[in-house]
Amino acid sequence: MEQILARAKKVAAEAEVYQVSSEETQVRFEANHLKQLQTSQSTSVALRIIKDGRIGYATTTGASDGQQLVKDAVETAAFGTEAKFQMPGSLKYPKVEIYDPAVAAVSIKEMVHLGEEMVAAITAHTPGIICEAGVTRGNITVRLLNSRGGNAEYKKSFFSLDIEGNLVNDTDMLFVGESDSSCHPLSDPKKVTDMVLKQLDMAKERAKSPTKVLPVIFTANGVAGALILPLLSAFNGKIVLEGASPVGSKVGKLVFDKNFSLRDEPLAAFRPGSRPCDDEGVASQRTPLITKGIVKGFLYDLQTAALAGKKSTGNGNRSRGGLPAPAASALVVTPGQTTFEEMVSNIKEGLVVEQLMGAEQGNILGGDFSGNVLLGYKIENGKIVGRVKDTMVSGNVYQILKDIGAIGSETRWVSGFLQTPPFYCKALSVSSKG
Amino acid sequence: MPDIDAVASDLASGLKKQKADYLEARFEESQTSHITYRGKGMESIGRSTASGGNVRALIKGGWGFTSFNELDNLPDRVALAIEQAQSAGSGKSLLAPVAPAVDNISSGITKNPVNIPLAEKKRLLDEYNEIIWSIPQIKTSTVGYSDSRKKVIFLNSEGSFITQERADVALRLTAIAAKDSEVQQVGLSLGSRGEFDAIKGLHDQIKEMSRNAVALLSAPQVKGGEYTVVLDPILAGVFVHEAFGHLSESDFVYENDKLREIMKLGKQFGVEQLNIVDSAAEPGLRGSYKYDDEGVRSVKTYLIRKGKLVGRLHSRETAAKMNEQPTGNARAINYRYPPIVRMTNTYIEPGSITFKEMIADIKEGIYAKNWYGGMTSMEMFTFSAGEAYMIRNGKVAEAVRPIMLTGNVFNTLKNIDAIGNDLDMNQGGGCGKGGQSPLPVSNGSPHIRIRHCLVGGK
Repeated sequence: MEQILARAKKVAAEAEVYQVSSEETQVRFEANHLKQLQTSQSTSVALRIIKDGRIGYATTTGASDGQQLVKDAVETAAFGTEAKFQMPGSLKYPKVEIYDPAVAAVSIKEMVHLGEEMVAAITAHTPGIICEAGVTRGNITVRLLNSRGGNAEYKKSFFSLDIEGNLVNDTDMLFVGESDSSCHPLSDPKKVTDMVLKQLDMAKERAKSPTKVLPVIFTANGVAGALILPLLSAFNGKIVLEGASPVGSKVGKLVFDKNFSLRDEPLAAFRPGSRPCDDEGVASQRTPLITKGIVKGFLYDLQTAALAGKKSTGNGNRSRGGLPAPAASALVVTPGQTTFEEMVSNIKEGLVVEQLMGAEQGNILGGDFSGNVLLGYKIENGKIVGRVKDTMVSGNVYQILKDIGAIGSETRWVSGFLQTPPFYCKALSVSSKG
Repeated sequence: MPDIDAVASDLASGLKKQKADYLEARFEESQTSHITYRGKGMESIGRSTASGGNVRALIKGGWGFTSFNELDNLPDRVALAIEQAQSAGSGKSLLAPVAPAVDNISSGITKNPVNIPLAEKKRLLDEYNEIIWSIPQIKTSTVGYSDSRKKVIFLNSEGSFITQERADVALRLTAIAAKDSEVQQVGLSLGSRGEFDAIKGLHDQIKEMSRNAVALLSAPQVKGGEYTVVLDPILAGVFVHEAFGHLSESDFVYENDKLREIMKLGKQFGVEQLNIVDSAAEPGLRGSYKYDDEGVRSVKTYLIRKGKLVGRLHSRETAAKMNEQPTGNARAINYRYPPIVRMTNTYIEPGSITFKEMIADIKEGIYAKNWYGGMTSMEMFTFSAGEAYMIRNGKVAEAVRPIMLTGNVFNTLKNIDAIGNDLDMNQGGGCGKGGQSPLPVSNGSPHIRIRHCLVGGK
């Protein structure tokens, strides 16, 4: 890396080398049986330069002396975006616990055993169900060097469990599933399988949904899939800068329900989304996005912040080897007061939505969503009576989040990036074939 | 760049001597370039190179797979894959027999798109982006261009040694219109098998797309419920891919007795005129190739013929386990992944009816065009149209907000009651499955009419 940086400094005013090395091991179960063991090793290097005021960028894999890399970066710099930012120099980073050496020590045998336990718990509960499951462990090392003396390095471990069950009866298909992740080894598969068993119990009977406006409870998974995605765009500093965010001009204003608070949280201990600094070497910080319904701020990387006249919030993310762009590290919704049971018991007729299919396909920026209820249940007279099918819910996220019926008290991590309780929405449009 | 030809040749004889039921290795090197715009300005321009490989072993029905981009210590990688397969296997290895092949396939393009100067690519994209911005009320735009050239060497313990090169060009443009707190967008995506010329000359199409985005701002939202819906070739192509195609991927089916019952060959799935095909053997499309990532020759596979289920897509393992012929549909997006059963070029064959005839007897229905996205969960699917219009008294009438269609695939296929004569293939598709996305595919169809289709709305 030092060699690449030295080479780049000879031809460009500024340079930054970013390297990620990872090792991952996974055991996969298919149709209730162990099917495949998999390992992957990968190293990638990205070079960003500023030459004649413009950004050049190139990436490569594996070990390299950087000759081609520097050449590619120089070619792109001729057309690159004008650099408005300054790379950070030597910084002090917050201490975030994200590495547990115990992860690498978990044996393949133990991983296979965890998978077997998950599959056994589900198949014992529901005969005939077919499960796919995975147990994954790995670690990742990130290094960043730049020509202003910036120097960041951290190591992260991760461990995850996932299981999905599929039950077929004639042409009726039920999908259930759950996953969990941590920087610690996960040794209790029951946490995951208990959630799946709960889904299976609630989905056991079939129920009919009417076509009308109904109260709807989104579980934590439902919130992640249906309600939060549009906000990821709306609070992205780049979208705000373009003037395309519906909340871009609303800082300091009450736009959401006064019980709704959302923040970016890269400092939580042993969460896979946590990190001491972002992918351009800016120190991580906790960033409030919505506090008690009031829009507080947006997520920025260096370049976007410079263009907007703001400071980077440490949200410069490189996905798929691209240039840094603003993205959340991990989002946290502040829990409310109402238990899930209380929400259900309060509803005469309504739905619980666990998984919505196609929710992200609507007009994301405007907040419109519309999706097929892949896994959801009917509530009648305060009780869950069974699973609904061939049912669509649609609405607008901003309207829903302006007046939330209740925010749940039980919060948990879902989809790896969001910690949230369930939400109770007063009225949503439901169409169904029954 | 490491010399993957030399690495592969060195390994070839060694593969046969190992103690495994089956062993294969894949090596890959690629170059790509990309240019993206957000709004008026360029967001990113870059070049990348990558190389790496993997080894996959099968022992007693269990697979070991290891991927890497450090190409030294290959004997250790092979040993690791074998050790993993040993730990995973406890049954019997089953692979459909395939004659070993030694072949060398060139990319077939006259000009490597990656080597075209970035200045030339940028000039064209600048023109396109300016057209989008020339339309009043356009608030912002996105333009994403990428190209790649890739060489993959496949070898296995049965003596296959196949070198395939391919090139790919993909372009996606989005025009986003806004007024007050309303935001609407329309997109266009297309691609080619490496020919840069395929994305030239789109100026008129891009102007129309941008105008459509603005028109949507004042379009009403359709009332949710059941409609007769006519899909244009692009959206019908997405439908056949999403709703039916994924169900034909036999890795979902082969170990699931109940699903095998549902997907029993010979079952009536639709009207007599309905024929659905998947074929990597069609030349020049984005999903085309001669050999898949298990070294199996591609073929044209009828999935539905005269309304009846007659075939499905296979890897060597699923074909053997279901006692059917391999179809050459095992694909991996790159060397980091093992091949899994995927679609290639999937389409509904044309019928005889014209679009005019198709809508003539519709009193109130919806004409859904263009695609925005789609997802499937076996029997249930959702897909969203990029544009939609009401059909009133046999004529295309006012524009409405983009709609989302959903339903049960079996019922919906039966509800297709008219198939047009105007097959068109869309080359802009990218498919995701098992974390491998976007895999180059193409979808196509003529206009089709679906009765009793559930549409989400107010």
